[in-house]
Amino acid sequence: MNKAGERLYNGLVKENPTFVLMLGMCPTLAVTTSAINGLGMGLTTMVVLALSNMIISLLRNIIPDRVRIPAFIVIIASFVTIVQLLLEAYLPSLNQALGVYIPLIVVNCIILGRAESYAYSNPVMPSLFDGIGMGLGFTFALTCIGLVRELLGAGQLFGVDILPDSVEPIRIFGQAPGAFFVLAGLVALQNYVKESRKKAGKEYEKIGSGCTQDCMNCKDSEGCSKRFYDENAGRKAEGKTKQAKTQENAAAAGSGKTGNAKTGNGVTGNAKTGSEAAGNTKAGNAAGSRKTGSTDEEGR
Amino acid sequence: MSELFKVSSNPHIRSKVATNGLMLAVVIALMPATGFGIYNFGPRALAVIMVTVASTVLTEYFFGLYKNKLTVTDLSAVVTGLLLALNLPVSIPLWMAALGGIFAILVVKMLFGGLGQNFMNPALAARCFLLISFPTAMTAFDCDAYTGATPLALLKNGEPVNLLNMVTGHTAGTIGETSVIAIAVGACLLLLLGVIDLRIPGSYIVTFVIFAGLFGGYGFNPSYLAAQLSGGGMMLGAFFMATDYVTRPITIKGQYVFGIFLGLMTGIFRIFGPSAEGVSYAIILGNLLVPLIEKYTMPTAFGHRKGGVRREK
Repeated sequence: MNKAGERLYNGLVKENPTFVLMLGMCPTLAVTTSAINGLGMGLTTMVVLALSNMIISLLRNIIPDRVRIPAFIVIIASFVTIVQLLLEAYLPSLNQALGVYIPLIVVNCIILGRAESYAYSNPVMPSLFDGIGMGLGFTFALTCIGLVRELLGAGQLFGVDILPDSVEPIRIFGQAPGAFFVLAGLVALQNYVKESRKKAGKEYEKIGSGCTQDCMNCKDSEGCSKRFYDENAGRKAEGKTKQAKTQENAAAAGSGKTGNAKTGNGVTGNAKTGSEAAGNTKAGNAAGSRKTGSTDEEGR
Repeated sequence: MSELFKVSSNPHIRSKVATNGLMLAVVIALMPATGFGIYNFGPRALAVIMVTVASTVLTEYFFGLYKNKLTVTDLSAVVTGLLLALNLPVSIPLWMAALGGIFAILVVKMLFGGLGQNFMNPALAARCFLLISFPTAMTAFDCDAYTGATPLALLKNGEPVNLLNMVTGHTAGTIGETSVIAIAVGACLLLLLGVIDLRIPGSYIVTFVIFAGLFGGYGFNPSYLAAQLSGGGMMLGAFFMATDYVTRPITIKGQYVFGIFLGLMTGIFRIFGPSAEGVSYAIILGNLLVPLIEKYTMPTAFGHRKGGVRREK
């Protein structure tokens, strides 16, 4: 269960989708005109995210790699439809306020991103809590932005007048440019807090989306299938014969993950040159293409 | 050792002109318009000017303290504050004026790296910020001296305007934009000192006149065109804000392109847009295009070959 707590913390603070990963900017900027809109959008996204993460994780051994993105979209779209129908039935005012951004949750990069980078390669429970954590982080961020924008742009908080009538609200905060100002300000604030806490000795690891790409120092190894982001895998395999490596790469390419797909391309490129150099080429895509280029020049 | 052998990297042409000298020249050139604004609108105009200048200078000062790099002595904050005040209506609440000054310096200028790095004219950006934030306060031109619409609004509605009052400045409007004569005096001073040249204002005004003549609905009627030119922020914008060193193109060809673009945009905003005025939005839009304009008008270097230099192996 510690894993669940770690995923929640990861989603809320360490990898907050809005303030750290900068994903899902479209709803972030568009619907946060008031705190209640931000809260509603965040919770809606959270429900979809958690459920789709769970289902994708359950189906991760069934979905073929080649069609995984369409499969993700089908799952996500189903949940979005369910949630939208529920909102229409029980919270029509929120549904109206969020408008087209509810159907657009289907293509929200956070949901697709978590499905691709976490749920598709991790067991069910961590995936579910990853969805909840990310969703809570998104909700938290949207509510914060909504609070500031509503207070400055309309003088209200959750629809209640806070500022006296004599203070004229700064209307620009209710409009799109204001969303950028507030987002930038809050990101700057959280960076400042993180930096100052880092100086005080509290470490926040700098991590990419779901993976540090540093498997040596990764605490997350149990849930991670490792082959996805491990760029060193190719280099480790360097010593092996070309035959074995090609098979390995083919197998990796077959599994269809981003990193490995690149390796596959590298191999193809080398095969095209058909020269002796290809046999010695390193497995990495970059190395492969570089070598290919040099072979061409020698050919001239 | 003879000085002939002194090797230094470019630029080789040096000038004693410094930022604060240029800024002082601009401040002096703005004095006629400022003075006329205070005379025209009364002591409250002075209060607005003091508040904006104080807010810009203090913001720059405190930001400089925070960054350990005091840049307030280059006087650019004074110019920004003064220009901002001249672009505000006299009846604006003072806290809004102060907010505009803080926005101009903090958000538009300092957060992007200070003077020379701002991609937009800070005073105009702050004016637009205030215009979007407080549409009523920013377009309330009623004051003790004048009631009723600005000449530009009258012109847009097809009502008659008093051209003589528009040239001397006895009309409603923002603090510094009303008097063409006062602005022209300042502009002549800047032109004589060589601080600005006529490339941008000239191409701006000529383009705008042609555009207004073609699409304004009155043909090339001299009094209509003169009223369009002397109304609103046209003169102030053309001579004092479009020519801002930081936010104009550095290439000569680019400056003409910039001026023509501003003229077209101002014409479109004024004639086809919903509001009577469009100078500030036009200049800001032009500012954003400056990197692009510079990219396509950069003169080719001596010895440059089309397609780049071929490298032999």
